[in-house]
Amino acid sequence: MDQPLIQLIGVNKKFGSNTVLHDANLSIYKGEVTTIIGKSGVGKSVLLKLIIGLMDPDSGRILFNGTSLAEISKTEKKGFKKKISYMFQGSALFDFMTVFENVALPLMETTSLKSDEIETCVHNMLSQLDLHNIDERYPSQLSGGMKKRVAMARALVIDPEIVLFDEPTTGLDPIRKNAVHDMISNYQKKFKFTGVVVSHEIPDIFYISQRVAMLDRGRFIIEGKPEEIRAASNPVVQNFIKGIDIHRSEEL
Amino acid sequence: MTAITVTVKNFVSNLGKFTIDYVQGMGKLGLFFIKAFFYIFIPSIQIKKILEQIYFIGMKSVFVICLTGAFTGMVLGLQGYYTLVRFGSEGALGSVVALSLIREMGPVFTAIMVIGRAGSAMAAEIGIMRISEQVDALYTMDINPISFLVSPRLAASIISFPILTSLFDLIGILGGYVTGSLLLGANTGIYFAKVESSVLMADVTGGFVKSVVFAVVVVIICCYYGFNTHKRKEYGAKGVSISTTAAVVVSCILVFVTDYVLTSFLL
Repeated sequence: MDQPLIQLIGVNKKFGSNTVLHDANLSIYKGEVTTIIGKSGVGKSVLLKLIIGLMDPDSGRILFNGTSLAEISKTEKKGFKKKISYMFQGSALFDFMTVFENVALPLMETTSLKSDEIETCVHNMLSQLDLHNIDERYPSQLSGGMKKRVAMARALVIDPEIVLFDEPTTGLDPIRKNAVHDMISNYQKKFKFTGVVVSHEIPDIFYISQRVAMLDRGRFIIEGKPEEIRAASNPVVQNFIKGIDIHRSEEL
Repeated sequence: MTAITVTVKNFVSNLGKFTIDYVQGMGKLGLFFIKAFFYIFIPSIQIKKILEQIYFIGMKSVFVICLTGAFTGMVLGLQGYYTLVRFGSEGALGSVVALSLIREMGPVFTAIMVIGRAGSAMAAEIGIMRISEQVDALYTMDINPISFLVSPRLAASIISFPILTSLFDLIGILGGYVTGSLLLGANTGIYFAKVESSVLMADVTGGFVKSVVFAVVVVIICCYYGFNTHKRKEYGAKGVSISTTAAVVVSCILVFVTDYVLTSFLL
């Protein structure tokens, strides 16, 4: 198999006495959608924040194309940041900016594109995500589903190589949920980006992912193709897929 | 180990921890200021954002500055007249009003009013952005949050504070004239002649120096508290409200402290 694009080796992360990640190992391959599943609060979002550099691991290494992110120069780190995009669970749209300004912001601040080029890019992106005539609206005037799609437009507008999606379908109705999953899948095929999705949406994620990894009690207990995960004999995995909390059952 | 030994040990330990935290906090605040200042010019001056902030911090404060300036001058006119008339020196009213305003009251009161109107808003706005992951979103987009959020506010304040202070001084001197001359009968010509003759360029420069220093203090403290809202024990809206209150209280105290320090150097 090829060298992973992103690799986590023995990553540990603690918040006070709470160990969130304990010797976590994961490989993310170029051009694939890797979905991380696991119960709420097991550290899936923390993992994405470690990858993008919003947090630093207590120990362990995160490699990008085989090079540790902790060891690369500032210029290389800037280059890495330009290739990666993040869609936040709560959208994190700037509430004092209009939809247009939100989506245009990364282009205005980090590229040398002219304003008419930025306008074209933003309008193309908004129309591709089925967001029409909302340019001048503020995030507070949008529905939850629309906010998610605007956040996705902002994440994709810079044409990133890697996109991290933190629970992109939380709070959406089933129709919008399917639309977002389709969108991730279609866009991944169209733009060939590498996607890392944190999601609970089973079985939907099996249809959009090339790889699935399950995080449980700070470690990845399984990693593989969707059919391998479905066929796994590990009872924790099977119970999660079926919606049974094995740890809670043990405690009871 | 006796109880007294344990108490002393705990006291020393807590004192040491407090000192280390305090020194670290001051260091972080200093770095925050240095970064915010240099990002005004690097990579380029963000003229549009600075103009927006000048409008918010400066232009929108004009009414409140005029109002407080007028009443401060009027009170100075009243108090000054009744005090000076006892010594037969009501002719010095113009000097008293003008020097009090230009040297002290103008810069200090302007800073206090801007803290209340714009400083609290800065702390709350940045605090909300912090807890709703908007600041993190800037990091992920490779946009420096200090450069994006703090530097334009700092530049705008450095420009706005001296202008607002001079407006406060001017309106205050006119307020002193209204009460001292128009209401109480002090001679108008002597009032303005004293204003003109007693105010030296050094007084005006000193007032401007103070207003620039207060601008830096107010913006850095308010933005720093907002920026670090997520590090508080209290989360969410409560964290933002406590950050905002702390920003207002600390910046007000620091305005008075720096005023004393600057005055002792300028006199």
